[in-house]
Amino acid sequence: MNNELRVKVAKRVAEELNDGDIINLGVGIPTLIPDYLGDKKVYLHSENGLLGMGPTPPEDEINMDLISASKKPITMDIGASLFDSSDSFVMIRGGHIDMAVLGALQIDETGEIANWAIPGKTILGVGGAMDLVAGAKKIIIASSHQAKDGSPKFVKKLTFPSSGARKVDMLVTEHAVFKFKDGGCELVEILSDISVEELRDITDANFTVNQESMNL
Amino acid sequence: MKKLIEVSEAIDFIKDGDTLLVGGFGMSGTPLTLIDAIAASDKKDLTVVSNNLGEVGRGLGKLLDAGCLKKAKGSYFTTNREAVRAWSEGELEIELIPQGTLAEAVRCGGAGIAGFYTKTAAGTQLAEGKEEKEFDGETYILERAIRGDVSIIKGLKADTFGNIVYDHTARNFNVAMATASDLVIAEVDEIVEVGEIPPKDVVTPHLFIDYVVLNKYVKKGGVYVEQ
Repeated sequence: MNNELRVKVAKRVAEELNDGDIINLGVGIPTLIPDYLGDKKVYLHSENGLLGMGPTPPEDEINMDLISASKKPITMDIGASLFDSSDSFVMIRGGHIDMAVLGALQIDETGEIANWAIPGKTILGVGGAMDLVAGAKKIIIASSHQAKDGSPKFVKKLTFPSSGARKVDMLVTEHAVFKFKDGGCELVEILSDISVEELRDITDANFTVNQESMNL
Repeated sequence: MKKLIEVSEAIDFIKDGDTLLVGGFGMSGTPLTLIDAIAASDKKDLTVVSNNLGEVGRGLGKLLDAGCLKKAKGSYFTTNREAVRAWSEGELEIELIPQGTLAEAVRCGGAGIAGFYTKTAAGTQLAEGKEEKEFDGETYILERAIRGDVSIIKGLKADTFGNIVYDHTARNFNVAMATASDLVIAEVDEIVEVGEIPPKDVVTPHLFIDYVVLNKYVKKGGVYVEQ
């Protein structure tokens, strides 16, 4: 997915964030979100031990003992705090993070996601993905609508290893916004010039259409 | 200072086959000097518990290259392609643990708690073979605590009692790992007189620390380099 489309997804997710929220951002598209928050102030949580993550520092102020979960140099916003890994996951697992925005390899029509392993490939990294899926109050998936090879990522049933039983709340792609509720999925908004029929053609998952929010 | 010892003395406490808890997140908060000394020794069959296994040829990656390791337990090994290769060729056992479960397992290990039930990983491949139990309508899995024979951790500064402070996000797993082994060795950049670290700034109190060694690396341009 090109950068313009990634930015479009990031901007749409940014609309879902509320002033004052505690947010954990996964790798990929989610890292673009801080640039599109406008006047909203949120607090970024980094699972390696920081609440109040600021932007990348200038070259001469880099300290590689002040880094993000992606191991990149960062700064601290005013009011930031530092803590160890155990406390950091108390925050994540204990339901103290208002929202996690994550990428995914697959999302099924109930809102269960796979975001850590591809079958048949070596599975040697999970990081904090499963903890965030288990514990964040609200989860939004920011993702390309299809995989690089054009196959659907939004599927009836996961074929990749699950990240946990917990269902996510929302999926935002370059084409559409879906909400998950009571084991089902609803299309609430179209973000490109695609028609509902065309969207169904590139989507394996079943979804209903919210007539009201779609102005149909 | 009784606790201050040479690096060579410190690694004599590590025996073949030991389980080592090693602090750090990537290269941050990693005891590089102690790792170098272990890599240069003939220690073998070690099990390392650490979030990552360093990078290729850096940090804990050196223990892998030196053939010291039998097994690695942690949450993310993909960043060291040598670890991936060693695992695929059967040279290294790997146990993958979600990051928060790893942190809590080590914390419990130091806190006298045998295990805990967590929702993390319930219903996934990483829960296979683990006891499941329902609480309030949700499924949890039983995770056992983790303890080590020796912990090697990295602080910014120690006082002569062994009270430790850390640099920014370099606390990571060091704080829990300082509590969870039979013997704990802290590597620090600087040792100051007791009383110089304000009590309110101490993160790891001295009772957890058996020995302290000095880091031979110095920080330049925000990165630790050899002197």
